[in-house]
Amino acid sequence: MAPSTSSTVTLDINGEKHTLSVDHRTTLLDALRERLDLTGTKKGCDQGQCGACTVLVDGRRTVSCLQLAVASQEREITTVEGVAEGERLHPVQQAFLDLDGFQCGYCTPGQICSAIAVIEEHAAGWPSAVTEDVRPEAGPPPLTPEEIRERMSGNLCRCGAYVQIVQAVARAAAETRTGTEGAAA
Amino acid sequence: MREFDYRRADDVSGAVALLGADPDARYLGGGTNLVDLMKTGVERPARLVDVRTLPLDRIEPAGDGGLRVGATVTNSDLAAHPGIRHRYPALTQAVLAGASGQLRNMATVGGNLLQRTRCGYFTDVTKPCNKRAPGSGCPAVQGEHHNHAVLGASEHCVAVHPSDMGVALTAFDAVVSYESADGPGELPLADFYLPVGDTPHRETALPPGALITGVTLPPAPVAARSRYRKVRERASYAFAIGSVAAALDVSGGVVRDVRLAFGAVASRPWRAGIAERVLTGAPATAEYFAAAADAELAAARPLPDNGYKVTLMRNLVVAVLSELAEEAAR
Amino acid sequence: MTTATTGAATPTGAVGTAHTRVEGRDKVTGAARYAGEIPFAGLAHGWLVLSTVARGRVLSVGTGPVLGMPGVLTVLHHGNAPRLTTDYVGMLGVPPDPTAAVFQNDRVPHAGWPVALVVAETPEQAREAAEALVVTYEQEPHDIAFSGTRPDTYPADGHMPALTEKGDVEAELAASAHVVDEEYTTPEEHHGMMEPHAASARWDGGRLEVVDSNQGTTWVADEIVRMFSLDASAVRVRSEHVGGGFGSKGLRAHQVSAVMAATVLQRPVRVVLTRRQMFSLTGYRSPTTQRIRLGADPGGRLRALDHRSLNQTSTVWEFVEPGAGVARIMYDADAHRTENRVVRLDVPSPTWMRAPGEAPGSFAVEAALDELAEKCGIDPIELRLRNEPERGPVSGLPFAGRNLAACFREGARRFGWADRDPRPGVRREGRWLLGTGTAAASFPAGALPSTAAVTAEPDGTFTVRIAAADIGTGARTALTLVAADALRVPTERVRVRIGDSDFGPAGIAGGSMGTRSWAWAVTAAAGELRERLVPGGTVPPEGITVRSDTTAALGALTQRERHSYGAQFAEAAVDVTTGEVRVRRMLGIFAAGRIVNPLTARSQLVGGMTWGISMALHEEAVRDGASGGLYGGDLAGYHVASHADVPAIEADWVDDPDPDDPVGIKGIGEVGIVGAAAAVANAVWHATGVRHRSLPIRPDRVLRAGEPRV
Repeated sequence: MAPSTSSTVTLDINGEKHTLSVDHRTTLLDALRERLDLTGTKKGCDQGQCGACTVLVDGRRTVSCLQLAVASQEREITTVEGVAEGERLHPVQQAFLDLDGFQCGYCTPGQICSAIAVIEEHAAGWPSAVTEDVRPEAGPPPLTPEEIRERMSGNLCRCGAYVQIVQAVARAAAETRTGTEGAAA
Repeated sequence: MREFDYRRADDVSGAVALLGADPDARYLGGGTNLVDLMKTGVERPARLVDVRTLPLDRIEPAGDGGLRVGATVTNSDLAAHPGIRHRYPALTQAVLAGASGQLRNMATVGGNLLQRTRCGYFTDVTKPCNKRAPGSGCPAVQGEHHNHAVLGASEHCVAVHPSDMGVALTAFDAVVSYESADGPGELPLADFYLPVGDTPHRETALPPGALITGVTLPPAPVAARSRYRKVRERASYAFAIGSVAAALDVSGGVVRDVRLAFGAVASRPWRAGIAERVLTGAPATAEYFAAAADAELAAARPLPDNGYKVTLMRNLVVAVLSELAEEAAR
Repeated sequence: MTTATTGAATPTGAVGTAHTRVEGRDKVTGAARYAGEIPFAGLAHGWLVLSTVARGRVLSVGTGPVLGMPGVLTVLHHGNAPRLTTDYVGMLGVPPDPTAAVFQNDRVPHAGWPVALVVAETPEQAREAAEALVVTYEQEPHDIAFSGTRPDTYPADGHMPALTEKGDVEAELAASAHVVDEEYTTPEEHHGMMEPHAASARWDGGRLEVVDSNQGTTWVADEIVRMFSLDASAVRVRSEHVGGGFGSKGLRAHQVSAVMAATVLQRPVRVVLTRRQMFSLTGYRSPTTQRIRLGADPGGRLRALDHRSLNQTSTVWEFVEPGAGVARIMYDADAHRTENRVVRLDVPSPTWMRAPGEAPGSFAVEAALDELAEKCGIDPIELRLRNEPERGPVSGLPFAGRNLAACFREGARRFGWADRDPRPGVRREGRWLLGTGTAAASFPAGALPSTAAVTAEPDGTFTVRIAAADIGTGARTALTLVAADALRVPTERVRVRIGDSDFGPAGIAGGSMGTRSWAWAVTAAAGELRERLVPGGTVPPEGITVRSDTTAALGALTQRERHSYGAQFAEAAVDVTTGEVRVRRMLGIFAAGRIVNPLTARSQLVGGMTWGISMALHEEAVRDGASGGLYGGDLAGYHVASHADVPAIEADWVDDPDPDDPVGIKGIGEVGIVGAAAAVANAVWHATGVRHRSLPIRPDRVLRAGEPRV
């Protein structure tokens, strides 16, 4: 096969399939922002050093600036534009809004996507760097403010909204738990 | 970033064949380091061979209580795996101490071992660097080096290896499996990284074009009581300035088995073999822990601004081993 | 036609009541579009090429091969770029930083100086072509060595006199019972706002439109008009959402090069800076070296105060980081001397960064006072209260409200200060030594002339138009509340439109002056509109619009020392065996004028305090002597505080309306960082007994200072 520098790809974004030709150099982040007009995902550093470009890929939070678009096929991509249910905000979005978990708003979509995943990772029993005992027999750690801070640390916020973001994540996590228990009951 | 060809490999031998002997081709795993280096111009590949979807994403039993970790297992899956957390808790701690949740979801085990130094001279193509541009010089020796190597470095390069995971794997005698054009092969992690010498650009003993397929953790009962401690310049999402992976088996107040490895002090995860030998059979007390650390660090050759690392590593060894000894006594 | 109604004669009470951000929903759903996100048909992409040498001149720009690369449209450089006018003084009273006036000559005054712009059809093509462009230089030796002992420093005014002096400092020091004489240093610090600088420029029907991310559309439009010698009416700058500014988002190389390229190519061009480019092109806070000498009588009353602050600036632009300005407001002494000096080096131009002067200056002054308190054996709060001046120590003017003592009293009560054991190094919890510290804060309360237009719409709503900027401050929301109260209508009936230079001149989001300046204009226009609307009268289809201009009102303000104040408290934990420092809690109590929106105000004050933690423990840009450029100039090499570094921080305030402001506002954007780093450093001393006079208090510095062996 002769070398080629672009490919036609199909990207599954927020439940919708988009087929486009991409330069292999194009990251998922740039494909979203420059090609698909999905500008909710932000470019803060373009080097995996700030988390502003966080999206969910197959349900897992990912920095889209280090993910090539051509390597993103056959994966389910969810951006901040796809987390609400119609007009009803995702509990994480609502908590950010109510508790003022942002100022300039530029890191916010990444923080929100990250927070959604943090709540799920914690629910799945994943330990973190501040979990005292990571052995499975120790059981899952409670989602304390310290756990939230560590797990959210890949999302920088220069305005300094961390205090309110942690409150928002805690509230949304509690609501999610209540919701789950309610559904189970 | 120059234009490049992109191929997705269907299987391991296909990946090796796609890469071939092309010095301008690179394997693409999670991309967390390679894509970054391409953006900064440090790497300018003409072809990427995507190996992320190869069937190397399993963690399976190996031997008598060991585990084999596939090369494309993500850092997150490695850290969350019950077997790892139960048998090698320091490995989970080390992985979780690295990068961020997002990056750990992307980064793979194979890529982690092959990641490049974060030395600010290496990552800036406007500056000299023997590792990136052999023969151009090492400005760190005279310049900024407060987070550079104190062990095993040379005048040609004082960069440190950035991996946390690799430190724990080194402590636990992990063995790297690979596939090359000549077939499969294995390299103990102890022999995986080459000495710096005057060839800092040559980093591993992997044959050219080889693809890492997995890492085997041999059985190590001592690892069940293990710990990873990392010190960095902010509380999270930063590379280490010093770290320790340690495992300790104490019986009757005496060290029966000990594993010790250091991070962020050398061009490779540093196995503290001298300290281990000093400690084995010695009383499990802070005095002996300190003596063992001193024995290991006697070879340290700090630069003007990184001598603190000798103190830091000594203190970390004493602190982590003391904690493990206390746990054992409980 | 519709009936015009405003509310009853009582205010609605919107000001002072918590209100979520009016654009909040757009921000949490990703619908809010920032500068680089507005679509343009036929958009081309520009990529800047920066110098790799720190001093010299450009010999050649190898455009030939690059112009043949895929998609490349043009390469602009000093040999072909449009000529600019730079001999003017802009709206903020300073000439333009030549770093923004790109491609005018072959001189290279610092590493990372813009030498070319490559424009291509796609960003990927532009980037590769920019990286492939070969530029040759005649390199000259550079000098970037910043130190307090250099012979070539000189006193510089900036926005305040370089020197103030009264009394005989040496005599008073000699007669003092207690003396502190120390040097404090702060490093080069960068704004690091999350949104990179981005601008798109296009000519449309004879008008230049620039969609930008900035702290003032009037400001940036005015600079572009002057630089490109255009009619003021021919330039429109829009900046609806701004991903942080902190002083850095004025006129910079990206707008100017985008306008040049759009002019040359006659098609829309966008230039977005990379994160690494931001570290050399968008300003920074200069490092400072500050010598402080304090002399006090046995009771802690200051007899002598001498503060000399030195910062670096570039060879092409003078910027003063006025660290020595702090004591001119905060503390009096029988002999009082303050001086700001600068030295010109082959470095990029520094600029305003959140609390310029006060942030580094307060670190030095408030740390020195803590040392003095220790020497005097007096509680640090008591020491400050004993030195509360009656009038401005330098100006002699009365204070327009100085509620610092109230802040300390309330803060001490809530922080539990009374139980504090003053001895250092005696509290341990596991591996951590614990300590607490305090510091005072102040920042000037100013206002800039602004105009606003308020329109009564036929549907009973009101539209406010003002060229304000919401860089995360919550200004859009605050102005909504202010307008609602001035109109005496519910906030739901008020729509505030900002970020457009076509709305008429307005002040910038800077110097903690934004909301105060704009609220004044909005209040004036809304108040007049309310009077004009006759109850039961009708509104024509085009609405009824009233415009205001605050220039005269501001000019008539009585001269007073007008400032916000605060008392900062921090608890720090230090592991002296590893050098790790963690802030465990922080409290700030502020007297900062009338608080318009408690929800967003608290966020902003807490944000400032978070900057204080970051400044105290993390932030330091390292300049490489050999190359003259930064070492690790990106967000991995330059550490700002992460989530894990920031504990539960509380900010609150005491009642402190400004008597001369129509709404009572003073300004809260900056006072939150002032003193915060000193409070942390003082807490580190209280924990360990070791004074850290050089920021940041990094693990290696803690280890070196303590050299503890376990």
